[in-house]
Amino acid sequence: MNDIQKRRFLDQIMVMFGREPKKPTDISPKAQEIHFYKKGNKDFNAEKAHARAHAEPSHKWRNRRWITLILANLLFVVSFRFDVQILEGALTASRFIGFHLIDLNSALQVMLAHKHIIMNLLIGTGTVLVLWILFGGRTFCSWVCPYHLLAEWAEKLHLWLARKKLVTDQTIDRRLRSVFWLVFALLAFATGYTVYEAISPTGILSRALIYGPGLALLWVLALLVFEVFFSKRAWCRYACPIGLTYGVVGIVSPLRIKYRLQNCFHEGDCRKVCLVPHVLDTVIKGRAVDTEVPIGPDCTRCGLCVDACPTGSLAFDVKGLSKLL
Amino acid sequence: MSDEGKTSETPAAGKPPPPLSKERQQQARRRVLRTILLTGGVMGAALSGFLPLAYARKSRLRPPGALDEKDFLSSCIKCGQCVQVCPVQAIKLADLVDGFGVGVPYIDAREQACDFSCDAVQCILACPTGSLTYKKPDFLPVRDGARLAAAPILLAKEKDAEPTLNLQERIGVARLTRPESCLAIQGKGFKGQARGPQFDGELRYMSVDRWKPIKVADHPYDVSLCNLCVQACPIKNAISIETVFAPDGSQRKSPVVHEPCVGCGVCEMICPTEPASIEVIPGEGWRA
Repeated sequence: MNDIQKRRFLDQIMVMFGREPKKPTDISPKAQEIHFYKKGNKDFNAEKAHARAHAEPSHKWRNRRWITLILANLLFVVSFRFDVQILEGALTASRFIGFHLIDLNSALQVMLAHKHIIMNLLIGTGTVLVLWILFGGRTFCSWVCPYHLLAEWAEKLHLWLARKKLVTDQTIDRRLRSVFWLVFALLAFATGYTVYEAISPTGILSRALIYGPGLALLWVLALLVFEVFFSKRAWCRYACPIGLTYGVVGIVSPLRIKYRLQNCFHEGDCRKVCLVPHVLDTVIKGRAVDTEVPIGPDCTRCGLCVDACPTGSLAFDVKGLSKLL
Repeated sequence: MSDEGKTSETPAAGKPPPPLSKERQQQARRRVLRTILLTGGVMGAALSGFLPLAYARKSRLRPPGALDEKDFLSSCIKCGQCVQVCPVQAIKLADLVDGFGVGVPYIDAREQACDFSCDAVQCILACPTGSLTYKKPDFLPVRDGARLAAAPILLAKEKDAEPTLNLQERIGVARLTRPESCLAIQGKGFKGQARGPQFDGELRYMSVDRWKPIKVADHPYDVSLCNLCVQACPIKNAISIETVFAPDGSQRKSPVVHEPCVGCGVCEMICPTEPASIEVIPGEGWRA
């Protein structure tokens, strides 16, 4: 990593905590050259062909992700209903063929509220930490969290209503998520109750699927209604502390999306489908600091942008692995 | 289609930002208002968890080995692994009305009590956070009368090399809360299914199968003096029928709860009167 990329990396971390992405001040000479070339030259034939490619959207990664998400949650349900004991428990804490798995944020809430840690809790937290360091923190959000799937569908509804001019997306300050994270941590510590766990839609939905529905689903419904009619993907974007916790894990994760400046036409379709478009500010014309830029830790690795980009400017990448291959 | 328009919104680095137009100022102000709205909504929902605790708080019977209520609520991660291992499905998860207790396990003893069919208190083994525990950490306080004088002997395992349950504290104590309706005190017997033919609760009968619980409805009783609570109790010497004196001086037979009672709730489940004459008081300690 050179100086420019290091600075960019720190910027990406700040953006995860809620700062708005800024136009970069220094850009590598090679990237500058490409930016310059793109400014002066327009290849109309290539753009036409490109527009045609956009007309046929791919759903490869989305389908893979939905299948994974549904299977993961189904495995919980099946393990309990049919007593096959593969994945016992719920998303907050579980046991996969005997191995403890404990959600980092839930573990944190319990540790702060109870102020006592037992071995199994520590082991389970460690297992999950290693798992999501390998697969990239917020991958949990888009590939496992059941609320994510519902919110994705709610988003489609919101966009449809927005096209009909019945609703508009009301954006909210992204720094709020960091504030919530801090507030819930402090509340757990001060009150001795795992306050966040009582309203976590991830936990509520996971338990509803496995142990049967309850009144708590009303809260999840309220969130979805808020997202459909008022603010697109509001919970995941502006509130969920689980996402931020996993985002921090994603800082060190080798799995990420990589952006290649050369092929990009900058029409921004990737940013339209992205749950966290602030991580894709790099694709805006003139912003890429280098010819290849890894996308920041707040990225959920959902692959929607990969599907959206017909030129392959955005692709999954494992840090260091491309060098080995 | 292009993002170029958006880039002009952000001021170039180094230069002071140009003053905002009136429209932009209003947009910014509305955004702040929305931010406050979401903050209020989420925090309101989160803190509403205090409501059930503040008033009309229901005391729930927790699974065996549960820490004291406050510690239990703070340490439970709400995963339901205890629910999954219980062979008689005695453990349920609480809903929204329980506030911070949403998703936390409890036992509705009248519907299905913990009869220790698992022999080893599996829920404690399954708990990943120590909310249910064989041995409380030293820094946690012990409720008055919660400590059992001796490890309770499980009648189903009485002839085994290890007849005890590895429990140190009781989760409650059975009390004859409605003595006036108790059949034994009235000198009445009982014939038939303890809770009627529709009752789904299960119980392990040693006379039927030491290992497998069956439906209470499939095991009718016929006794000349009702002693169902004593017959069904899974713990040795926890309850017996004793002769007592009524206020008018007459001799009566009555169930009497003794110190080994762990508060499992089997007596409450089996009691044939409606509502139950004997009930487990959650979190109650032993008083001689």
